[in-house]
Amino acid sequence: MIWIGQIFQGMLLGGYYALIACGLSFMFSVMGVINLAHGSFAVLAAFALWAIAEYAGLSPFLGWLIILPGMALLGVDFQRLILDRSTRAGFLIPVLSTFGLSICIDNSLFERFGADTRSLAPYIGDLSYDSWELADGVFVGKLAVYIFLAAIVLLGGLQLFLSRTHLGRSIRATAVDRDTVGLLGIDASRVNSCAAAIAMVTVSIAGAALAMRATFDPYAGAPQLLFAFEAAVIGGTGSLWGTLVGGLALGVAQSVGAQINPQGFLIAGHAVFLVVLIARASFDRVFDAWRAVILPKARAS
Amino acid sequence: MTLLSVRDLEVRHGLLRAVRGVSFDIGAGETVAFVGANGAGKTTLLRAIAGAHLPLDGRIEFANEDVTSLPSFRRVRSGIALVPEGRRLFGDLSVTENLLLGRSAGNRGTWTLDSVFDALPQLQPIRRSLAKNLSGGQQQAVAIGRALLTNPRLLLLDEISLGLSPVAVDLVYAAVAKLIAAGTTIIFVEQNLDRAISVADRMICMLEGSVVLEGPAKELTRPQITDAYFGLGASRSGGAH
Repeated sequence: MIWIGQIFQGMLLGGYYALIACGLSFMFSVMGVINLAHGSFAVLAAFALWAIAEYAGLSPFLGWLIILPGMALLGVDFQRLILDRSTRAGFLIPVLSTFGLSICIDNSLFERFGADTRSLAPYIGDLSYDSWELADGVFVGKLAVYIFLAAIVLLGGLQLFLSRTHLGRSIRATAVDRDTVGLLGIDASRVNSCAAAIAMVTVSIAGAALAMRATFDPYAGAPQLLFAFEAAVIGGTGSLWGTLVGGLALGVAQSVGAQINPQGFLIAGHAVFLVVLIARASFDRVFDAWRAVILPKARAS
Repeated sequence: MTLLSVRDLEVRHGLLRAVRGVSFDIGAGETVAFVGANGAGKTTLLRAIAGAHLPLDGRIEFANEDVTSLPSFRRVRSGIALVPEGRRLFGDLSVTENLLLGRSAGNRGTWTLDSVFDALPQLQPIRRSLAKNLSGGQQQAVAIGRALLTNPRLLLLDEISLGLSPVAVDLVYAAVAKLIAAGTTIIFVEQNLDRAISVADRMICMLEGSVVLEGPAKELTRPQITDAYFGLGASRSGGAH
């Protein structure tokens, strides 16, 4: 029973990983940008929510509605001032510039809020510890379930948005060929600003989830980025549903690892990440070899 | 009525003067072919008219408005559409999705998704296929359909027969014939001289970035055009002395 419980907890944790990976995966697969400031932006959103709850006494859910336009605008500025310029200089420059930005964000937060660890848990009442009992001895936290559902709705909604709406199609096309979308009447820089705003809105949701389910401090961005990265890479960069699968795999691996050995939580997660990475690389090599050797023979015969 | 007026246009790729002081007028409803050897500046000229490559000097007027410094997406909205060389489709998007992108310009007119499928019937059975899985001729048809959905007043076609089988070229030009019959103003670049002469009202020959010969397609003789094409006119007249 304990194993079933652990796998269940792992899946719920995986939902959280998928949620924080969503914006990262969206930016990479759609806009072709690796945003190393992703985790720092999530922590920035978390601090904004915390400040609203602490100083204005508003609930984090109301607070989220307040920071939503702010984060969207931040996304537009982020695109205009940093990404737009750095992507013109090649693939590596956005990686460097967003890394620099993450250092700026982390240290500005540290200067303003200090090293104290915070959480939104005190501001959301009993939601932070409430749970449902699924079966004898298997409990699931309500908040964890809500975060899991949020991840599914967000990733699914984004996938639908990209495939079904005009703006979604424009975003996909602009990422591939900026020059040609101009010839079709699409203002590429406006479309990219929209995409960055959308990515940043997903980051604000991730930040809220981070702040409600656990604690954070100004330097909490880097570990979040790491888990988001692992989830995105395990799931593959092709689709946003893959990110959900990647998050689940990472979460389940960590929970099962922790059950095997208390030290096994992080190790199991990283191990799954490495195994998937190596397996994919060798699968590609095997597939290439198969294509090179088998196919010409088949054609000749 | 003059639809497009180009004056002393100068376009460069870095230090290379790809288009050198070119001037011409295109009337509404005209079909004009640009011919010339590779590197004569034809593609650069079309891209400059479409706004994909901003000129260094000169003036482009479209429908009596100065569009010289407008970016491409604004020119599309005012009615200039380019079918770029190499088709430039979005491979991971379906045929229909590629076509729908043409509606981004927001120009209303006779071209809708349905009328494009009517004009290019070869697209009907493959509307859900990804663009990267299509044959060259099918891709070219999608590229033309996509440009039509911007409801252009001036359509620029850059080497639409490049890399296509003869059958596919016939299909693509059958579609162009329909557009001409519907009164669309077309500027096209074509390597196949016979095709250009049979389709165009007027021919403009370019050599090393400049216009060297211009005239009605019916009045120009083949030797005249080939001389201009290869830049033989000057050396022949030189040889006569």
